[in-house]
Amino acid sequence: MLETFAIPLLQAVVVVNSVLVAVTFLVLMERKVIAWAQSRLGPMRVGPHGILQALADPIKLILKEDITPTRADRWVFTIAPIMSLVPALVVFSVVPFGFEFPYWISNINVGLLFIVAVTSIGVYGIILGGWASNSKYPLLSSLRASAQLISYEIAVTITLVSVVLTSGTLNLIGIVEAQRDFELPLLGTGVWFAFTQPVALVLVFIGGLAETNRMPFDLPEAETELTGGFHTEYSGMRFSMFFLAEYANIIVISAVIAIMFFGGWMPPFSNVAALDFLEVIPGWIWLISKVFFVLYMFIWLRATLPRYRYDQLMNIGWKVLIPIALANLVLTAIMKVLVA
Amino acid sequence: MTIDTPRASTSASAFDTDELILNMGPQHPSTHGVLRVVLRLDGERVISADCVIGYVHRGIEKLCENRDWTQIILLTDRMDYVAAASSNLGYCETVEKLMQVEVPRRARYIRTVLAELQRMASHCLWLGTHAMDIGAMTVLMYAFRERELILDLFEEYCGARLTYNSMRIGGLPLDIPSGWDKRVLAFCDLMEPKLDEYEDLLTNNRIWLGRTRDVGVISGEDAISLGLCGPPLRGSGVSRDVRKDEPNAAYDEFEFDVPLGMRGDTYDRYLIRMEEFKQSIRIIRQAIEGLPEGPVMGKVPRLLKPPAGETYHAVESPKGELGYFIVSDGRSTNPYRLRVRPPSFCNLQGLSRLVKGHLVADVVALIGTIDIVLGEVDR
Repeated sequence: MLETFAIPLLQAVVVVNSVLVAVTFLVLMERKVIAWAQSRLGPMRVGPHGILQALADPIKLILKEDITPTRADRWVFTIAPIMSLVPALVVFSVVPFGFEFPYWISNINVGLLFIVAVTSIGVYGIILGGWASNSKYPLLSSLRASAQLISYEIAVTITLVSVVLTSGTLNLIGIVEAQRDFELPLLGTGVWFAFTQPVALVLVFIGGLAETNRMPFDLPEAETELTGGFHTEYSGMRFSMFFLAEYANIIVISAVIAIMFFGGWMPPFSNVAALDFLEVIPGWIWLISKVFFVLYMFIWLRATLPRYRYDQLMNIGWKVLIPIALANLVLTAIMKVLVA
Repeated sequence: MTIDTPRASTSASAFDTDELILNMGPQHPSTHGVLRVVLRLDGERVISADCVIGYVHRGIEKLCENRDWTQIILLTDRMDYVAAASSNLGYCETVEKLMQVEVPRRARYIRTVLAELQRMASHCLWLGTHAMDIGAMTVLMYAFRERELILDLFEEYCGARLTYNSMRIGGLPLDIPSGWDKRVLAFCDLMEPKLDEYEDLLTNNRIWLGRTRDVGVISGEDAISLGLCGPPLRGSGVSRDVRKDEPNAAYDEFEFDVPLGMRGDTYDRYLIRMEEFKQSIRIIRQAIEGLPEGPVMGKVPRLLKPPAGETYHAVESPKGELGYFIVSDGRSTNPYRLRVRPPSFCNLQGLSRLVKGHLVADVVALIGTIDIVLGEVDR
């Protein structure tokens, strides 16, 4: 009883709350990093250096009036943000933070498949939210979103398959173990997949940007074109659910990248004996710092790049990313056969 | 979509398609004010675009008929409010032409400096908002950072930061404060590396190129027949710059180049404005270094009463050819009729032509590239 319900429930409460708090601070971090990139200070008023802005924003969003447009499809309009947020949080049930039990909620042998499957449910939230608003900008946005998210998901999934081929397992813990035990000529063990699968890393990163609607692929939101896109008509708590879902998804994709390519909770360069003192730091801190490194890259790109146009985005997805992903997959398979 | 097969009546009719009428504006983040564009869309592709204007019409031309000649200067500030000094310049020169007043050389030099500083300030705003529309948000902050310095220079000169009222008929109300010329030169030195900073972010950026190259192409002939002026006209390779063709202020005494485009697309218009920054710096340096001594106000009567007659005079504002047509009846102390040829209004006419066949995302890029200020479009 305790094993099957109480402990996982406790873990889930801890993880979900940590994610939600992480999201608020991620928003603060984004505002700060972008501000520094733009030679500004960013939020400075609430608390020292604006630290408490992370609490003020959610409070503001919760207290705001929640408006449903008269001509919206009420039921779908209400359910859409929930459909968007829940999958983004559910995914964390299979994200491991270490090899042993208390660091993961559930260790299923198809963890990666589960993540890919559940995150794609989140697309429905965006599509339905845009459609149910019964407004033109959200409609255009949800059309864009459905095309974009589905086509980039293909590229990302194909790329992930090549990593799965290398590791030989869909289990996320297994993938980290594979990075620990995988033996390379000259380098020995403990080499991250970032070094053995660099093309896949780049593809998953680009695909991840597109799947989470981040710059330069933030077309479904495209503030300056579609005035916010699918969430134009949303306000208050329902808006913040979309908001939370978006940032939770960014954390998910960063966690996937950290686990699959940067050795998860392993300290860097574990094959170098001189760096053994890094083992002192617990694994989950390593994982979180790697996640935040990837998040920082996401934010950095947002401060730097302009936005792609819809047709250019589809061209990149279908004519560049998917062929490269397939070529990478075939190459990985050939290498696997040759090594075996 | 029309399907002429017999099956169309049963299954395919479920896929009836229709055009989508999308109202972009008047409240939209990228229409640069209160412009309303009614777009007819086929998917994301624009079939036609109609501009609806007049949301900030204040009747400035009519107001001018009831103000005396000096009071009108501050009304011209309110037209192109991001380039008020250029509007001042155009109006004052037109009245001077009507009255045949001689403006002292020092005043003409300082006017040139003010107009060119204003061009840079206006182009900073254009660059920032244009890049922002296409999604590059950092450029906006960088450009505004430098625009702020220009506004500081204006503040030091005339006390105002937006609506300057910085010129008078016959010259200038004030001589430059001591050390101002040094600070203008220092700003020019500071601005040059900043321009490289903007260009690092955009000029060779693949996404920026993809978003602007071959977008909104317009040929030279079409640009002329649409009445385009300023950078949109020069982007199509037509050499027309009032500063060169009909020199006003002190432009005939300085060396500068008029950059011309080759393709007439958004990228060319971007490059032209970036080059105009450099040419403005060049003009300002020459003007400050050769600044003559003397008075800044010519001999004009206290009560202005231009002789009966009419005149048209144009200056090259940052947005294009800004012209004033003034009729005086010779008896009263206010104009009988004042008509402005605003470059923003004329360039805006090209918009529906430019956006045809492009995607929604290009519409905001093209509104940005023609660089309009709605205060001037509506007046």
